[in-house]
Amino acid sequence: MAFGVYQARRNLPNPLVAGPGEAVLNPWLIIAGDGRITIITPRAEMGQGVQTTLAALVAEELDADWQQITALHGPAAQVYYNGVLIGLGLPFRDYALKRWQARVQKATDFLPRMMGMQVTGGSTSMRDGFEKMRLAGATARETLKLAAAQRLGLPAETLHTESGRVIAPDGRSLSYGELAGEAAAIPPPDGVALRPPARWKYLGRAMPRTDMVAKCTGTAEFGIDIRLPGMKFATVRMNPARTGMKGFDATAAKAMPGVERIVDLGDGIAVVASNTWLAMQAADAVEIEWEPPAWPPDSAGLEAMITAALDDSPNSHLRDDGDAAGQLARPPAGARLVEAEYRVPWLAHATMEPMNATALLEGDRLTIWSPNQAPLIAREKAAATLDLDEENVTVNTTFLGGGFGRRGEFDFTVLAARVAAAMPGVPVKVTWSREEDMTHDFYRPAAAARMRGLVADGTALALEARVAAPSVSRQASMRLAGLAPPGPDKGHVEGIFDQPYAIPHYSVYGHLADLALPVGFWRSVANSFNGFFHECFIDELAHAAGRDPLQFRLDLIRPAHAPSAMLLERLREMAGWSGRTPEGVGRGVALTYSFGTPVAEVVELRDSPRGIRVHEAWITVDPGTALDPGIIRAQMESGLIFGLSAAIHGQITFAGGAAEQRNFPDYELLRMHTTPKIHVDILENNKGPDGNAIGGTGEPGTPPAMPAIANALFDLTGRRARRLPLAGDFDFAV
Amino acid sequence: MPTSLVVNGRRHETDLPPDMPLLWVLRDELGLPGTKYGCGVGACGACTVHVAGRAVRACQVALADVQGSVTTIEGLGTPERPAPIQEEWIRHQVAQCGYCQSGQIMQAAALLAENPTPDDDAIDTAMAGNLCRCGTYSRIRAAIHAAARRMQGG
Repeated sequence: MAFGVYQARRNLPNPLVAGPGEAVLNPWLIIAGDGRITIITPRAEMGQGVQTTLAALVAEELDADWQQITALHGPAAQVYYNGVLIGLGLPFRDYALKRWQARVQKATDFLPRMMGMQVTGGSTSMRDGFEKMRLAGATARETLKLAAAQRLGLPAETLHTESGRVIAPDGRSLSYGELAGEAAAIPPPDGVALRPPARWKYLGRAMPRTDMVAKCTGTAEFGIDIRLPGMKFATVRMNPARTGMKGFDATAAKAMPGVERIVDLGDGIAVVASNTWLAMQAADAVEIEWEPPAWPPDSAGLEAMITAALDDSPNSHLRDDGDAAGQLARPPAGARLVEAEYRVPWLAHATMEPMNATALLEGDRLTIWSPNQAPLIAREKAAATLDLDEENVTVNTTFLGGGFGRRGEFDFTVLAARVAAAMPGVPVKVTWSREEDMTHDFYRPAAAARMRGLVADGTALALEARVAAPSVSRQASMRLAGLAPPGPDKGHVEGIFDQPYAIPHYSVYGHLADLALPVGFWRSVANSFNGFFHECFIDELAHAAGRDPLQFRLDLIRPAHAPSAMLLERLREMAGWSGRTPEGVGRGVALTYSFGTPVAEVVELRDSPRGIRVHEAWITVDPGTALDPGIIRAQMESGLIFGLSAAIHGQITFAGGAAEQRNFPDYELLRMHTTPKIHVDILENNKGPDGNAIGGTGEPGTPPAMPAIANALFDLTGRRARRLPLAGDFDFAV
Repeated sequence: MPTSLVVNGRRHETDLPPDMPLLWVLRDELGLPGTKYGCGVGACGACTVHVAGRAVRACQVALADVQGSVTTIEGLGTPERPAPIQEEWIRHQVAQCGYCQSGQIMQAAALLAENPTPDDDAIDTAMAGNLCRCGTYSRIRAAIHAAARRMQGG
């Protein structure tokens, strides 16, 4: 099977070209004569450590010396497609995945392959790369052994490899650098077996990150750092409503020294200048009259659309266990009805590096430098916009100063291409101001939920959830391909239809609000609101049932998914959870299963003279196989903090069709002194139906953070937090 | 306006508007991109550099107001010869996306120069203005403590 996958993949062209003294062994591997090994890690490095672990997968099987490795994004190419992207979007519940469902998921590999989906997203990089990257390393290793066998006149089976060398039984050895040229001419052997985890040297350990030294010395090149000979610096001002422009007056801007060009983009303007600051100053001086938005201009109007969707008939019903409707209509004697509504706001990604890209148009050839999560899509869209052949468009992916889903969009890349088209032969770097970035996001949608449940005899008998929000999947698909995906929208109800709870009557409806306001993939996507809805309501059910909220969950989770139950037990032990907290201390718990990985969190709040403080947090996570525990810990902390920032402070509001928050003073995040002490433990029980599952870790830390803090607030204050952000209703220390 | 500016020990003669922020002088005019643009309003700390040894937000310092020599992340250490604080950052594997880390390191270096043995409260106070969207705060704290111990010879 593994071999079959590799064979199929080999049919795709290898985009790598060997430089002087280099040999290309496959699309993931270049070995130089001096032994330097370049591993193409074709997923966007946006902080999640993906380059390090993808490189470790190759290095593990290759027996490469970690000190000799360089990891690069490499070119945009079909061979680097993400094979699991479509399969993982099928409406299965991962915690209860059947063997046939896992096979169906695998069988969809041809779709992203055909569509050339080189995409970093959905916490899929390890799930896609786990076998692929190890095969690339293992096959190259065997090819290097064949080359050494020829040189030494020995059978290849007698040779072994270690730290970048092939070693003969008599002690003679050849470096990979010496052998690479010959190895590249040998057809790679078939059916190379992968090593069992027990033999791993790099995998399963916290590896030094390949990008760490550069990022600690200011030498890592982000998109915003691109510098080319003769390059001009530009910025843009676009319509926040994404509609057109009635007109503009650039008289004052044109007169500013250093301003070289004002570009009329139709839906906005660009200023090209001799430095970025001049460009931004001049752009601010342009007077622009925008076309109005195609959606309600203010928050109240937008919220009303979401409420209307909730009142309307549902678009999906992806969980329907038992008869929740019947039970709720005629509750059995002794059962208690619990009802609650929840709301969460729009959110911005607010990556630390504002949107930017650089482009150079030379004749019919376009070269782009872009910190992006989907380079083939960026290429296709830039080519279409400038009416060029895709083959004539080159996309170089730089480091990303944060992504969180925002850089999966192609708008900023295409915009740079459009500005460059006005300056043929001149490279132009287009840097957005922070204000432009925050007001032209693809926002995490606002959402609302109507929850009803029944408790009896200390447990949950029924749960009915209705969730309303605009659809991220539909909008993204429309932008990408001009059509909405068929079938129910799983992406809208993930985090609530697929949770590992054995509630006998369990029903989840998705209601899509038809809103054109741009929404996009925000770290953990719909799990970011559904996790909040589900786990806050479970907490309400636990209290209505008179039970400890952790034990109440454990009793419902254990029959559904043993690894998730083990996570909660470990969490209880780590946090010393007793179900009782002293005056002035509140604790809350939550568990969300997302992207193949259950994560459980306890958040502890404490009253202080300056307001409520997030004092401590405990996280347990089970990705099945922990490829790099150091990076997984970092991602758990990162995910929790991302979730807490959103829960306490995050909200984008709208007035006049535009976001009212424009910069960090309006969009507060957790800081050093407001971040809790965090403890993480990693378990590896969640092995899936085939015993070899691997879950994502970039996103799953975020969803449970929001309900855990809301539940802790209830414990602290006795008041339920049913609306985010919490700082609106509770007094947090800042 | 002709201005003479010493950055990382090198003198630069510039002819730029006096109100141009030091951030953009460094990045676009002197080719030192290690100092990052994050907000332009002194609210994120990504552009932190040292002027006369003190940590400042380079986006808030006009070229004409630069009094003293400037040190940027590039002047602190290099990949081949990182400064001790950078070595601790590397040892603690602090960076994720890494975009804010130049500013974090420059802020922390200024703190340690002023207070060689900062406790958690002192670290909180000094680092409060430096945002990290990836949430690397706990490793930053650990790296600062380790760098402090190292400077004490411990």
